[in-house]
Amino acid sequence: MNNTANLLLLLVVLLNFFLLGTSRLGSNIRTVAIQGGLISLLPLLAHGLSSHTLFLAVAAFLFKGIAIPYLLFRAVRQVHISREVEPLFGYVPTLILGTLATAASFIFSDRLPMIAEHSQTLFVPVGLATLATGFLLLITRRKAIIQVVGYLIFENGIFIFGMLLTEAMPLMVEALVLLDLLVAVFIMVIVMHQIKREFSTINIDQLTSLKE
Amino acid sequence: MENNLIALILLLPFSGSLLALILPSNRFRPWLLPIFGTLHLVLTFIVIQAGPLSAANGWLGVDPLSRLVLLIISLLFCGCSFYALGYLRYRISWGNRVFVSCLLLFLASMTLAAISRHLGILWVAVETTTLASAPLIYYNRNRLSIEATWKYLLLSSVGIALAMLGMFFIAYAALVAGGQVSLQFDDILQGAATYSRPWLKAGFIFLLVGFGTKVGFAPLHTWKPDAYGEAPGIVGALLAGGLTSVAFLGLLRTLQIMDAASEAAMAREAFLALGLISMAFAAAFMVRQPDFKRMLAYSSVEHMGIIAIGISMGGIATYGAMLHLMYNAMTKGVLFLSAANIHRRFGSKKVDDVRGAITLVPLSSLLFLLGFIAITGSPPFAPFISEFTILQGIFSTGHYITGGLFLFFLAVIFIGMGTTVLSVVFGTPSENAGDKDYRETFTTTGAPLIMLLILLVLGLYLPDSVRHIFIDAAALLEVRP
Repeated sequence: MNNTANLLLLLVVLLNFFLLGTSRLGSNIRTVAIQGGLISLLPLLAHGLSSHTLFLAVAAFLFKGIAIPYLLFRAVRQVHISREVEPLFGYVPTLILGTLATAASFIFSDRLPMIAEHSQTLFVPVGLATLATGFLLLITRRKAIIQVVGYLIFENGIFIFGMLLTEAMPLMVEALVLLDLLVAVFIMVIVMHQIKREFSTINIDQLTSLKE
Repeated sequence: MENNLIALILLLPFSGSLLALILPSNRFRPWLLPIFGTLHLVLTFIVIQAGPLSAANGWLGVDPLSRLVLLIISLLFCGCSFYALGYLRYRISWGNRVFVSCLLLFLASMTLAAISRHLGILWVAVETTTLASAPLIYYNRNRLSIEATWKYLLLSSVGIALAMLGMFFIAYAALVAGGQVSLQFDDILQGAATYSRPWLKAGFIFLLVGFGTKVGFAPLHTWKPDAYGEAPGIVGALLAGGLTSVAFLGLLRTLQIMDAASEAAMAREAFLALGLISMAFAAAFMVRQPDFKRMLAYSSVEHMGIIAIGISMGGIATYGAMLHLMYNAMTKGVLFLSAANIHRRFGSKKVDDVRGAITLVPLSSLLFLLGFIAITGSPPFAPFISEFTILQGIFSTGHYITGGLFLFFLAVIFIGMGTTVLSVVFGTPSENAGDKDYRETFTTTGAPLIMLLILLVLGLYLPDSVRHIFIDAAALLEVRP
């Protein structure tokens, strides 16, 4: 079980790097969808098949793998966003920063005490590295929609970490958390429409009227 | 009976929010706000009288801190709901279905946060407050309010996501200790003494940053001036008084956990540092602030800092901080609502465009002026008592440097805020666009007037029954020997 989970987690890290390096909007959203789909398998791999893990896996797959990417693709079509990502910061520097952050996550999680059954797994370092990737996307990309992608990757990182603790989170709370995420993305997409209407662009470097 | 009471206070605002979606009339829909606001306040009084409550496997419950926060949000919301009648009449052509519905959903989610005793539920409730308030900030539908909404939505969501990571870390601390893994609050308090320290401390940091973003401590406050400045005044009042109290409750819960684990010293140091930084930032940005609504946002940053410092000191200062949580919320209500009236009359919130408000909107200007006097801690208003109590706590525990800085920042802020407020209120009235037909009515000045009167009365005399709400809340935050 652990080996499959670790393999999956390494794939997640690869997807993180791909996101930091890619310049196409479409492939960004597709990557989020693939990553969301992959991590929705983790509850089954980490804890075996039970009604709790099955529900969590199916709900996560529907929300992270299908519904949210669908919302984003629809926004791209309706808002007529150009296909380039337009980073504020070159791709190579962000990739280097991403690599450093991933290395730091592995070193940091090595220093945290783990219980025996988790000591051979990669949940903690990959969770933290994914968190860092999301954060990097949030601060280095110019398009509002890529910031949403960054936020989603960020949430994926937390989801991965949460896999160690499924017994602490009651099913109802998990469901509400996922629902909140979906509604958050839904509202973000609506705001993005309005930004496009008012500013004729969704580049957030246009959003500079409010400052001291 | 217990279960019913808790279910009722949750379902009441929620059903109001659904009702607002269904009702077809823009003219009658706003009446839902005062109706449900008043009912919620009545229920809050009943809940406060009822003593400790618990429901849903201990996931929901009412303890002294819940009671205090519930009282704050319910009083403030009830006041604002009457103001909303006047405000929405003025904006009748814009429609108000989403606005009214989101306001009631906002109340429902704040109520849920106040009575949650499960960290997961608390998280869901706080995230829902963000989602319910984003459409409210966007109500003015212009470029600036979109920009403010985007920043608010993204920063708050990321911040609160970090808080979830913090909760997971604390749950993992329990797992490493071999204890029962649960996010139920009483379970955590019971087991915290044995938790693994590295995980617990890392969890604390994430919770502090997460809820701190929502509270708006400097330097995590960057969304605050934008959101408060661009939102309608009534939303600014609810964010600055209600939402900050709810987010602060998240921090106080975190402090309780650290207390139970005998790690409160670290938590208190962090609160002190954030508090002082917030006051310093606020002082720096409030001097010569050209926009009087943004000024109020920085005032909110300042007062969150004051409360954090009060809590970091412990003892009598913690009691002062509990008082200040309530008094700050009420004063912010007075300031934001009266500022909104001035804003409407002049069509601008820039100090350069607004002068001599007292001749054009006399009552609102007077309320704005008195609100300024109250918030800067001048007698006879209630915030004087709370700030003085905190100061007393700082000096009596021998923190002379902190006390000195505290007084220095208060003085700078008094002068900075005073310059702006006086130039808005007095002088020869500037004539520009604005809404010349706007006349003050009781609906738009009554609510802030009553809030100010409450502050005056509480400043002169605090009845024992009310005092106990604050004393009991402070007692929960004291280090147990």
